[in-house]
Amino acid sequence: MTVATPTERGASSPPAVRRRRRLSLERYVLPLTWLAVIVVFSILKPDVFPTGDNASAILSINAVLVVLTIGLLAPLTVGDLDISAAAVVGLSAMLVVILNTNRHVPVGYAVLIALACSCVVGLINGFFAVVVGIDALIVTLGTGSLALGATAWMSNNSTVTGLAQSLVNLVVQDQIFGVSIEFYYSIAICVLVFYLLRYTPLGRRMLIVGQAREVARLSGINVARIRIGSLLFCSFLAGIAGILYAGTSGSAEPGGGSELLLPAYAAAFLGSTTLTPGRFNAFGSLIAVYFLATGIVGLELLGAQNYVQQIFYGAALLVAVLASTLIKRAASRNA
Amino acid sequence: MAGDSVTRNEDPGTGERSDTPVASPDLILEAKGITKRYGGTLALDAAAVSVRSGEVHGLLGQNGSGKSTLIKVLAGVVLPEEGELTVGGDRLTFPLAIGEAHRRGLRFVHQNLGLIGTLTVAENLFIERLALSRRTFRINWGSFFDEARDTLRRYGLHIDPRIAVQEIKLIDRSLLAITRAVAPNTATGSASIARLIVLDEPTVFLPRDDVGRVFGMIRDLVSQGIGVLFVSHRMDEVRDHTDRVTVLRDGRNIGTVETDSVDDDELVRMIVGEHAARSARAAEELAARGDQDVPLRLHKLSTRTLREIDLTVPPGEILGITGLAGAGYEEILYAVFGAGRGATGSVELGPDLADVRELTPHRAMELGMALIPAERLLHGIAARVTVEENETLTVVDRYFKRLFLNRSALNVVASRLTMQLGIQPTDHQMQTDQLSGGNQQKVLLAKWLVRRPRVLLLHEPTQGVDVGARADISTFIRQMAELGTVVIFGSAEYEQLADLCTRVVIIGDGRISRVLVGDQVTKENILSECLRTSSRVAPALGGAAAK
Repeated sequence: MTVATPTERGASSPPAVRRRRRLSLERYVLPLTWLAVIVVFSILKPDVFPTGDNASAILSINAVLVVLTIGLLAPLTVGDLDISAAAVVGLSAMLVVILNTNRHVPVGYAVLIALACSCVVGLINGFFAVVVGIDALIVTLGTGSLALGATAWMSNNSTVTGLAQSLVNLVVQDQIFGVSIEFYYSIAICVLVFYLLRYTPLGRRMLIVGQAREVARLSGINVARIRIGSLLFCSFLAGIAGILYAGTSGSAEPGGGSELLLPAYAAAFLGSTTLTPGRFNAFGSLIAVYFLATGIVGLELLGAQNYVQQIFYGAALLVAVLASTLIKRAASRNA
Repeated sequence: MAGDSVTRNEDPGTGERSDTPVASPDLILEAKGITKRYGGTLALDAAAVSVRSGEVHGLLGQNGSGKSTLIKVLAGVVLPEEGELTVGGDRLTFPLAIGEAHRRGLRFVHQNLGLIGTLTVAENLFIERLALSRRTFRINWGSFFDEARDTLRRYGLHIDPRIAVQEIKLIDRSLLAITRAVAPNTATGSASIARLIVLDEPTVFLPRDDVGRVFGMIRDLVSQGIGVLFVSHRMDEVRDHTDRVTVLRDGRNIGTVETDSVDDDELVRMIVGEHAARSARAAEELAARGDQDVPLRLHKLSTRTLREIDLTVPPGEILGITGLAGAGYEEILYAVFGAGRGATGSVELGPDLADVRELTPHRAMELGMALIPAERLLHGIAARVTVEENETLTVVDRYFKRLFLNRSALNVVASRLTMQLGIQPTDHQMQTDQLSGGNQQKVLLAKWLVRRPRVLLLHEPTQGVDVGARADISTFIRQMAELGTVVIFGSAEYEQLADLCTRVVIIGDGRISRVLVGDQVTKENILSECLRTSSRVAPALGGAAAK
């Protein structure tokens, strides 16, 4: 037996190696496609697409979407869907602008109050979804709708402008390397969540909670606390996204932010097919947001109409998820 | 021909025992030198098996040892690279023609039985005739059902041929599948009669009480001179019902022996090889150290079905708890771990006294307890994360230093656990559900043993695992106990309880109905004590009413 064992091991290791190599190909499909999209549009529109202004615009404008998408990763990882987050973006943006302009609250306090209100929404979500035990999708559908209504109510259903310039400066006017500072905020948040999910015991626990709740409970994990925390964290980041949203335009409109819901989910799911396939991950989502944004800007430069956005989001998501499913199926067949 | 056939079962490298059976003129089947390669892996390496007329021949081996490949070769489904196959004295050549195995009298009943649930018993019985019939419309249903009833009666099956197979009991489905395999098929006009029937784990899905009927049918077949090749993981069935056994390991013959000439330990050793010795070593490395003289005491433990259970388990003992299905004995395990809802009472472990109402799994883990739940993929481990993530989940906090999870240290821990428990394959970055059931179970054990628990609570720890892993896990449990761990072993496998425990508590009617100690701990006693609990519930109405 002592002689036989090494040969067995030698015989069984090549398939394992091959499997890993195939996985690593799957890992980089999305980033490579993004690069391909950049190259193609640069060839098609050499005078307007591959320019610093264009790149800077794409990177800055989408910071709000990045922060919201990263926020969604927390409940997604623990197995909950939070669809109130986009409405919280609008609520937070409206609160900052209204408090600052109509109520003359100093902008710093306005920001804190907006974040606190966002967190309250998260706690309400957590209470109903976890403590009471109603499906998070239903709970957040309700709270999201409430937040949307509250936003319209407090603004008398009209756009509010006049946000303090200091906040606008801190979000969009100040630039580093020609890119608005909000882009760097979003990257910092992305790094933070990457770290939390990958390099802390908390991230491991969240993963198990999302994959197998009973296993988590019987492994001594406080499932309720982790789920409430995830919903709270998501609403908090949605609140931050709202502040960036208000800061970018200096104003807020009723219903603002809700257009971000589908792109954010598309990016989160698209991101889960890359880098660490099968898992929601921060940098995958970041790449997904910019892949989608790049594609849309390119198509618009080619003369496409506005509705191309929705079509591109939907098509990219379906194609990516389909491709990743097929790759996985082929891999398990050959394994 | 058959006369020169001598089963070649020497395995010079291993030194395992091997009896060369006498050359027998009534050899029905002889396969030798069967070699089959899948890619770089040898699934069968000169495997051989021979079955005599009127013999029940066991085919044993762990999952992946090559049993099913060998059977597929016999059926002509898999083409081997090399090998000889002789049936009834005639040498056959590979590849076998379609239907050749059947024409030669070989019959196969697979684990899933191959019955169609929505069709009637009669239609399933004569499915071949229905499939091959040239008639599209006209079937004389009257005579069809009569003939089916006659055929079934002849094999001792008294079921209505007109009802759908999904309506009949599991045991009757098994018997129907066997009957279909061996009954002479008059309609197809083939002269072929059954000479050898291959049964691939025919009893795994059956209630234990019904298994006897399968063996009754097997005995009838054998008395008619039919040979039976019987694949099973259950040691007691093999022991009680086979004449000879052939053991495969890693695609090679370890030996063919008369069943009576070996004891269980020897047989298990033939099947698992060196595994068992390794688990003993690993247990030593993983058992808790230090203050070991601390018994576990349960005071007035009550759950949904149990009332005021008092128990003391000293370290070093494996306490068995059992009862009939629904008796709720397993609730003790979950309550002690703080995972049972609505449980009351208290748990005392040395200086620590915990009120069960306030106990959580987290607190129980701090007290040094570990729970191996029965539902592996529902409660035990997460299917879609890596082996490493499962194995290290319960200790992950220890590897969080200077704000970062030390991933390389976690990898080292996982490698060591994978090696200590003999988990295959050894790549711990694989997704857990790609492992076989037995290996998944070892991952579940690893996940808890890495904490070096003082109290090990086990609920059906060998459910759905192959005999090799089962032996490994049993050895493990025994070793952990010997090294001073308190072990409570909840199971409905009476044989295993009898094997591992020196004291078995039988739960019935919400309380401890009987405690068996020492020599009283036998499979039969446990079974009869369990049954007694049910008759006590409703003595006037009989056992059925107890449910």
